[in-house]
Amino acid sequence: MGPLSSAIGVVALIVLAALAGASEPGRVVLGLVIPYAALATFLAGICYRLVQWALAPVPFRIPTTCGQQKSLPWIKSARLDNPSTGLGAVGRMALEVLLFRSLFRNNQAELYERRFVFGDSKYLWLGALAFHWSLLIVLLRHLRLPVEPVPQFVLALNAVDGFFQIGAPVLYLSNLIVLGALVYLLLRRWRDPQLRYISQFSDYFAPLLLLGIAVSGMLMRYGAGADVVAVKRFAIGLATFQPVLPEGLGLLFWIHLLLVSALAACFPFSKLMHMGGVFLSPTRNLANNSRIKRHINPWNYPVKTHTYAEWEHEFHDKIKAAGIPLDEEQKNG
Amino acid sequence: MADERLKIESVPPKSDWRDPKVEFRKGTFCYSAAGKHLEALDLPNPREWQPTDADWKLPADWKQIILDGMRERLKKYRSFRLFMDICVRCGACADKCHYFLGSNDPKNMPMVRAELLRSVYRRYFTPAGKAFGSLAGGRELTEEVIKEWFYYFYQCSECRRCSVFCPFGIDTAEVTMIGRELLGLLGININWVTKPAADCFRVGNHLGIQPHAFKDSLEFAAEELEEITGIQVDLPINRKGAEVLFIMPSADYFATPHYYTLLGYMSLFHEIGLDFTYSAYASEGGNFGMFTSHEMMKRLNAKIYDEARRLGVKWILGGECGHMWRVLHQYMDTMNGPADFLEPPVSPITGTRFDNARTTRMVHISEFTADLLYHNKLKLDPRRNDRWNVTYHDSCNPARGMGLLEEPRYVLKRSCNNFFEMPANTIREQTFCCGSGSGLGTDENLEIRLRGGFPRANAVRHVHEKHGVNMLACMCAIDKATMPALMEYWVPGVEVAGVHELLGNALVMTGEKERTKDLRGEPLPQPSMAQPQPPAAEVINA
Ligand code: SF4
Ligand code: SF4
Repeated sequence: MGPLSSAIGVVALIVLAALAGASEPGRVVLGLVIPYAALATFLAGICYRLVQWALAPVPFRIPTTCGQQKSLPWIKSARLDNPSTGLGAVGRMALEVLLFRSLFRNNQAELYERRFVFGDSKYLWLGALAFHWSLLIVLLRHLRLPVEPVPQFVLALNAVDGFFQIGAPVLYLSNLIVLGALVYLLLRRWRDPQLRYISQFSDYFAPLLLLGIAVSGMLMRYGAGADVVAVKRFAIGLATFQPVLPEGLGLLFWIHLLLVSALAACFPFSKLMHMGGVFLSPTRNLANNSRIKRHINPWNYPVKTHTYAEWEHEFHDKIKAAGIPLDEEQKNG
Repeated sequence: MADERLKIESVPPKSDWRDPKVEFRKGTFCYSAAGKHLEALDLPNPREWQPTDADWKLPADWKQIILDGMRERLKKYRSFRLFMDICVRCGACADKCHYFLGSNDPKNMPMVRAELLRSVYRRYFTPAGKAFGSLAGGRELTEEVIKEWFYYFYQCSECRRCSVFCPFGIDTAEVTMIGRELLGLLGININWVTKPAADCFRVGNHLGIQPHAFKDSLEFAAEELEEITGIQVDLPINRKGAEVLFIMPSADYFATPHYYTLLGYMSLFHEIGLDFTYSAYASEGGNFGMFTSHEMMKRLNAKIYDEARRLGVKWILGGECGHMWRVLHQYMDTMNGPADFLEPPVSPITGTRFDNARTTRMVHISEFTADLLYHNKLKLDPRRNDRWNVTYHDSCNPARGMGLLEEPRYVLKRSCNNFFEMPANTIREQTFCCGSGSGLGTDENLEIRLRGGFPRANAVRHVHEKHGVNMLACMCAIDKATMPALMEYWVPGVEVAGVHELLGNALVMTGEKERTKDLRGEPLPQPSMAQPQPPAAEVINA
């Protein structure tokens, strides 16, 4: 049900954009109302979620340790996989966020006649890394639209990304990778029985939406073409809060824009928030130094314990008979 | 006989995870906690019921209790809120759980286990879930869901293996801990956790061993040790003014093969002349509170610092135990510290300052012993362990909640001549659980234990066949209690021992008589005896 209904959802959005893009009032809604509304939802939603997370305290220091602890000076500790300092934890987070360290560990259990074999399995890591990095590059390249003059680093990025010039217009490597990785991740979810079992609407909806965005974007660039000057005027207008609706934006553009708006609006309320959450995960961003430095729980409260005195009182005679020293005796003696 | 063993499937069944129905089949669940144990601990809603009953006699406002409990914990634990929010269901954790690998029950995939709770969170606590219900992955909270939670939160050993592989570090153990807390609010606990917790609370240890019996069993051990070594060791109990308080899991002085490890500690302490004391009050290092709730964890753990303060020791040394060390390392100081009445630990023998324990002031015995060995303070004759081909099982908690990996290996490699590692994906931070952790090591749960222990046993079988491994060393009381049965079932011919048992075997004590027996009272290998030959290697690539 998940794959089908999310595909229907995405197609519905595309049809909606096509219909609305054909009329003047429709374009006003698509080009002015929805983008701002989506942006506002995006920003407010993200702030809300981040504040909600940040307000929840971290009562205990619970890093998942993935290597040797720092103990005796002659034992080599795993500074990044089991950091004992704040700096080490920053390093661990950097590896996690930039290179997906934990996914890199992935292996796959396979059962051969009652024997498990744990083979390396780096495809998920590769797919995820390729997807996220090229998506970031694509996003940064978009800066050439709303920013004038185009920043140097964006131009440089364009040059590198389009290095393998295949025909004209320049084919960006990142576009191909995003597309390939998305298709791989979707197929993986669809084909792997374990994943399929747990996948929900949003697990298909988000990647299908992204796929729609990528394909419409690429068609604009390599296929049907779009009036870049018009797109740029529109983007600058949007960014400077002096929105304009130039002629010649074209159907694909409206589809692209609506899908992006939908993604932005859903973002804070969906699992896409993992982007922010990864930075806050207490099993990763804390140093494993709980015996070195005291960690404070802000809501620590006194609890009922069974004190020594109560214990001695109950077992007094047995303790005495066994010749185990009683508290008093030791005090007096 | 392989055919009579449990069948391990690898094709997931076709069903819908949203359907909460579970079947309580004998061998796959633990009995409920008797009301009297809940009462002993002032836990809510004590009553008599069993998981197989149709009516669990939930309190009338059970739904509100759960939702309020969730709301409170979402505010108190960033981990909980975050782990409810950010799973992308990438599946990296799916085949990392030993219960899933051994049972092939899809709800034992870590992300599904968490999803059982997450779906309720979405439905009642998130805008998307409130608006779109099941389309946004939400699920109604029903009595069936409560039963399902019980089944699956007590089929998670809180081992954290899934967390190692998750790109966001989502720790299903943390979710399970909170899930069990929530169930506890309704008086839903298991007897194998709550009875021990009640005994730890009142008597001091999970076996309910009273002070005189505590002393008896130490004396018995000392006598046995004297028979083997000819040396009489001291048994200081509740002695004020000792330098070190020694805390061990109670199984060490009451169960086999733990007991041989106790003999190892005793030999070691005597040989180095450690100024220490046992405590009959804090006579349990293991913390059954951890399997109940954070509050119960704190209530039981408090005894350790309280006793150290009362006895006026300088620092605390802790024996071989897994979850005990998770609590001591990651929770104790925060919960019951500061330990400002103690001093930063210094080894009286080598002068080494244990800087890694400078505020909590509790040192793990393998850290302590590794330091002694490094400074050549102990005389060892590893040939005494020559009848064993040894491998080492990292317990989940010291491995993934601490990072105590090299210290025990150092002790083992110095104590034994024949040491072989299991395949890399099954040890250290990737170690597989014994299948019985977090209070699940009870007999009525045997099938799940054997299934959950299968990946571990499978790796042992690999080195058993390849290197003739016949001894599985470990440093956890639950391992020692449950792995002998696991080995007997999946890899007959492999025994289980504590690291300090093997150290004790090898330890040459000053003034000892000629040793003919090891700590098990079994004959030592004769020097002339041939080394055990490994059978022809059967290669599986791991
Ligand atoms: S690895 Fe983490 S994000 Fe992926 S499915 Fe498991 S818990 Fe979710
Ligand atoms: S903590 Fe361990 S037992 Fe629990 S879900 Fe994760 S891997 Fe499975």
